[in-house]
Order: sequence, then structure tokens, then C-alpha cells
Amino acid sequence: MDQLIAVCIDGVIYSSWLFTSAIGLTLIYGVMKILNITHGSFYALGAYMAASVTGALLARGMEPMLSYLVLLGSAAAVALIVAPLLERGLLRFMYAKDEVVIMLITYACFLMLEDAIKLIWGVDPYFVAEPYGLLDSFELGSLTYPNYNLILIGIAVASGLGLVYVLNKTRVGRLLLTVIHDPEISRAMGINVDLFYLVTFSFGAFLASMAGAFTAPTLSVVPAMGVDIIVLSFAVVVIGGLGSLQGAAVGAVIVGLVRSISIHFAPELELFVIYFVMALVLAVRPRGLFSVAEARKI
Amino acid sequence: MKTRLLTLVASLGLAWTATTSHADENAPIKVGVVTFLSGPAAGPFGVPARNAAEITAELLNAGKAPAPYAQKGFGGAPLQLVLVDEAGSTTTQVTEFRNLVQRANVDVVIGYISSGNCLAIAPVAEELKKLTVFFDCGTPRIFEDGSYKYVFRTSPHATMDSVGAALYAKDVKPNAKKFSGINQNYAWGQDSWSDFEGSMKQLIPAAQVGTSQMPKLFAGQYGAEISALLASGSDIVHTSFWDGDLEAFILQAGPRGLFKKSTVILTTGETAMYKLAAQIPDGVIIGARGPFGVFAPNNELNKWFSSNFTDRYNVSPNYAAYQMTQSFLGVKTAWEKAQAANGGKRPTPEQVIAAFEGITYESPGGKVQMSLGKGHQAVMETAYGMTKKVGGKMTVEKVKRYPAETVNPPEGIKSADWIKNGFKK
Repeated sequence: MDQLIAVCIDGVIYSSWLFTSAIGLTLIYGVMKILNITHGSFYALGAYMAASVTGALLARGMEPMLSYLVLLGSAAAVALIVAPLLERGLLRFMYAKDEVVIMLITYACFLMLEDAIKLIWGVDPYFVAEPYGLLDSFELGSLTYPNYNLILIGIAVASGLGLVYVLNKTRVGRLLLTVIHDPEISRAMGINVDLFYLVTFSFGAFLASMAGAFTAPTLSVVPAMGVDIIVLSFAVVVIGGLGSLQGAAVGAVIVGLVRSISIHFAPELELFVIYFVMALVLAVRPRGLFSVAEARKI
Repeated sequence: MKTRLLTLVASLGLAWTATTSHADENAPIKVGVVTFLSGPAAGPFGVPARNAAEITAELLNAGKAPAPYAQKGFGGAPLQLVLVDEAGSTTTQVTEFRNLVQRANVDVVIGYISSGNCLAIAPVAEELKKLTVFFDCGTPRIFEDGSYKYVFRTSPHATMDSVGAALYAKDVKPNAKKFSGINQNYAWGQDSWSDFEGSMKQLIPAAQVGTSQMPKLFAGQYGAEISALLASGSDIVHTSFWDGDLEAFILQAGPRGLFKKSTVILTTGETAMYKLAAQIPDGVIIGARGPFGVFAPNNELNKWFSSNFTDRYNVSPNYAAYQMTQSFLGVKTAWEKAQAANGGKRPTPEQVIAAFEGITYESPGGKVQMSLGKGHQAVMETAYGMTKKVGGKMTVEKVKRYPAETVNPPEGIKSADWIKNGFKK
């Protein structure tokens, strides 16, 4: 029984991390039709910024409980500085190009940002372990879980529900849905599509950097940490359906639970199961579980 | 007049020959150094190794090394380093190796941390007939599954680490009922676990395997794996994690209480023990892949290396740094032995190889014997100890040393067979 509970909890924690990492990717694709490879860079930048700023402030005697706010602030700083630069400085000139070309451009940016990270932070690992252990822990049977994991779950739930609320219940959300449906008509109707693109890209980048910032206390922040997250995030959004928030949530839960079951009962299959599930879903639903039929424009 | 002219021409010719010959003898020796300069392995391994290569070459070139390494460079010729980043795919590394040999025209290549890269580079080195010395990678398969003329490895292979870890586990937990492992899913991790599991079955036959976790390299998130290890109720947990994976594992396992519930063996833990001193509690078993770092002997060579490295980089050298310097000293020993046998002239690569095979030499980590793999694979003694904080500073206690012949298979016998047969010679 303990092990079944552990499977569920491990699955939920991993799903939360995955969802927070992937939701920005699916948001940007849903609104802008950009498969944004720099998502991994924003994740890494968030982690680096959080580890270096939080570490420096803690070393100067900052109240440890404030470190969670600093993690959040670090992620916001990355999104406010880097994302607008990238969107206004480069991507907006490419919107007329094919989706594949834009994806390749974001891949080139990803490589440049990787080098920029090394130029700024070097190759030595950064650590900011304090926030992970500050909040005590809870026990389930023989297992101990730091309460920090509840923050990760909370962030995932808040991000998902917040986005669903904004999209469906607010005027801004409805305008955004209009932009998603047809940017040209939206522009003709007086909607500032460029501003929506800028805000969407920056908010998507913020979600990625927030995932990085809140993951930083649990690992060593090192170069190339943004590579794996891109692959996993793609797996999640492809399973759920590109551009679908519900799909990203369900995709993350499926991947998290399947991986957790594998680790507890058949660890040798861990590497295989995530991509097996992805292949299985794509075989049955080639555009993902929550894809919607698109009207063809003539 | 004619005679005088001929004499003058002959003298000039002789002088030119002598100058050229002298210049050739002292022409720089180009050493390709391959190590992680970016990626997760750069900080804990690649950069300390690069630093060790640079300071060792600098000290050797200046003739500032103690005996028997006092001669400048290799046999009087200065060393010129060509650095290459080991990050990237194995295919990239093979291309980079070809570039080093065919375009940069290096005389010798010293490098490689990843076992996967070593397995891929060895046959290419053989094909290109280039003296190549692996300084760190651990898989025993290189010389157990293959035979190479141009390839050497001056660090002991992973079997020593795993057998040493099992011997230490038996010393501290002789009545262990269950043991588990978490290792990376590639050559190094699989070999390490296989050897440890086999050794434990020989040394503590009553102990059963709880779980064997094999996450992928650089996975970063180990929450579920740690739950599985905790749920297994193991007395001993073995991991050969290295680089950022080791650090992430320590950061995540500490607050989960794994170090309290099980005796954890970190076979490469020496690289993280100072950086993560606050996260590693007392009683964790630490290894350094040999007698390096905190386990290094108190000899002149160690004092020379350790003090110069610490003065330059403001940090103590870790085992990757020791292994890099050990490789340079191995090549230097072979080179100068071959040069002496060649009448003081620069030796050919084949002469260096002949001199290298089977030699024994001293390094900052102690005695290195090239006694396996037909004289191409090093063995050394190894050591393990337990973490103990003294006055807030991380130290090791209960250090045990295991002689080379106790933790390495004899020549001609594969590690797996040697372990399976109860370590019989």
C-alpha cells in the first residue's frame, strides 16, 4: 500500500514539474504557432538567475523564508528582460515565415543563449539548496517528502487554472482567443495583435523560467540543463495536443504516473515508457489527445 | 682553394644538420587534451582536469617538478596543449579526435571522461595509429573486450571502485540484508552496478538486491527513484553517479532522509564532498576512484601537485585533476625512457609505446602499475572512508586502503569472471 501511495505522490510531483515546464510551450504554440525551442533556455536562465541571486542574498543574511519570493522575482526578471528582447528584436520579423523556419530560428537562438549562459555564469555548478529544506517535510508510511514539493504542485495548479480562467472568463482572454482564431481579422477589428504576441511570448517564457527557478533548489544548476526539458516538454504537449492547455495537463499526468509506475515496479523500462506512451497516443490520435479540428482556410 | 671551399660547404652543411637536429629534438610536443569544457560534467570534472593539464604542462615546461620528473617538458622538449571540449555526441568526439590527429597534428592525445567516448575513440586511435591515453573513463570493457596497441589508460577502471566499495560495505555492514543501487544508464553506470552487485553477492551472500535504478544520464529529477530506494528498506545504497547527477542526487536524497535510513556509498563522492558539505551528513561512504584527493598519500609529488594547484586555482584538486596529471607523468616517463633508449634522440611513437607498456611509475596518487590489458591498463590501490564533520569542516574518517591486487582482476581475466569466481587469482 505504501508503495502505491508513493507511486501516486511521485507521479503527481513529477507531473507538476512537467506541467509547469510544458504549459508555456503549449501556450506560445497555441497563440503564435511557434514551436519555441528557446523554452529550454528560459528554463535554464530562470534556474541560473534564481540560484545566483538567491544564493547571493542568503549569503548576505536575507531572511531564508524570503527566498521563495526571490525565486519568483528571478523568473520574472528573466521573462521581462530576455523575452521582449527576443520577440521584438527578432521573432516579430519572422511571423510571415513557415512554422518550420521559425522553429529553426528559435533553435539557433537556443544555441546562442546556451553560450550566453556560459559567458555570464561560467561552467561551474550553482547551488541554492536552502529553499528545498526550509519547509520541513511530511511522512507517508516509510517515505518522507519535503513540503517544498507542495509549492511545486501549487504552482502547477495555479498556473493551469489561472490560464484557463483568464482565457475563458476575462475580456483579455476572449480577445486572445480571437487573435488565436484569426490574427488578420483581429488586427482589422482594432486589436493590438503585436501586443498580444509580446505578452503571450513573455508570459510563456515566464512560466518556463519559473519552472527553472523553482527546480533550482533541487539540483545543481549547470550548462545544458535546458536541453532535456525541451524534449520532455515536447513529449507532454504532443501527447496532449499542441496548443491545448487541458492536453498539457493530461499529458503531464500521464507521463508522470507512467514513469513513476515504471520506476517502482520495472525500473529497467523507465527510459522506454515515456516515449512508448507518446508513440501509442500518436498512433491512435496523431494530433494528440485534445487536438481540435482546424478549419481550412481557402 | 677548391678544398677550402668544399670544407666550408661541408662545415656549413654539418652545422645546419646539427642545428636542425637540435631544433627537432626541442621542437614542441603537441598534446591534445580532451575534457568537458561545457555541459554538466564541466564544473566538477572537466574544468579541474583542464586546470590540472595546464598547470602540469606549465610546471613540466619550466622544469619545476620534483624527481624523477625534473627534466623539462618530455625529454627536454616543451609541451604545447591543444584543448578540445568533450561535450557533445560520441560522433562529434570521433570527428574531433580525427581533427586533432589529422589537422592539428598532435603527437599524443590525453583525454576522455565519458566511458562511452572512450569505447568509441579507442578503435579510431588504433586506425590512425596515434598514441592516446585515457585519463579518467572507467568502463573495464576497453581492454577486456578489445586489444589496442596505441591506446593506454593510466587510471584504474571501474571494477576497482565497485570491488573496493563492496569490501568497505562488508567492513561496516557485515550483516546487511538488502542493498540497492542507483546508477546512470550507460556503460559506466551499468558496469559499476554489475561489479558491485556481483561483489556483494560474493562478500555478503545473504544480502539481497532491493532495487536497481538506472535513470538516464543527466536526468536531474530523482524523486521517484529515491522513493523506490527508501521503500526498498535497503541497508546499503550504492551509486556511481558523477557530475551534476551526483550533486542533484545528494540535494534531493538528503531532505528525503535516505542518508539516515541507509548507508549510502558515493563511489565518486569526493568531487562533491566539499561543495555540498552542508547537505552530506556524517556516515556517508565516500570514494575518489583511487587514492586521490582526500585519500592521496603524503608524498613529495602530492605536495608539489596539490600546493601548486591550490595556489593557482584557490581550490584543492579533485580526483579528475589527479588523474589528468597522472596521465601526463605516465607519458613523460615512457617518453623519456624511450628517448634514453634511443640515444637521446626524440623517440618514435612506437618506441614510446614499447616503453609505456607495463611500466610502473609514481604519481601524486601513489604507485601506478600498467599491469593489465597487456601493459596498457593501470592498476592502483584504492581507498574509501566515511564523512565526518569536524568543526563544521568536512573530513573523512575510518579510511580503509585496499591493495591493487585485492581490488583488480589479474591479467587476462575479465572483471565479471573474476568477481563471479570469488576473486580467485
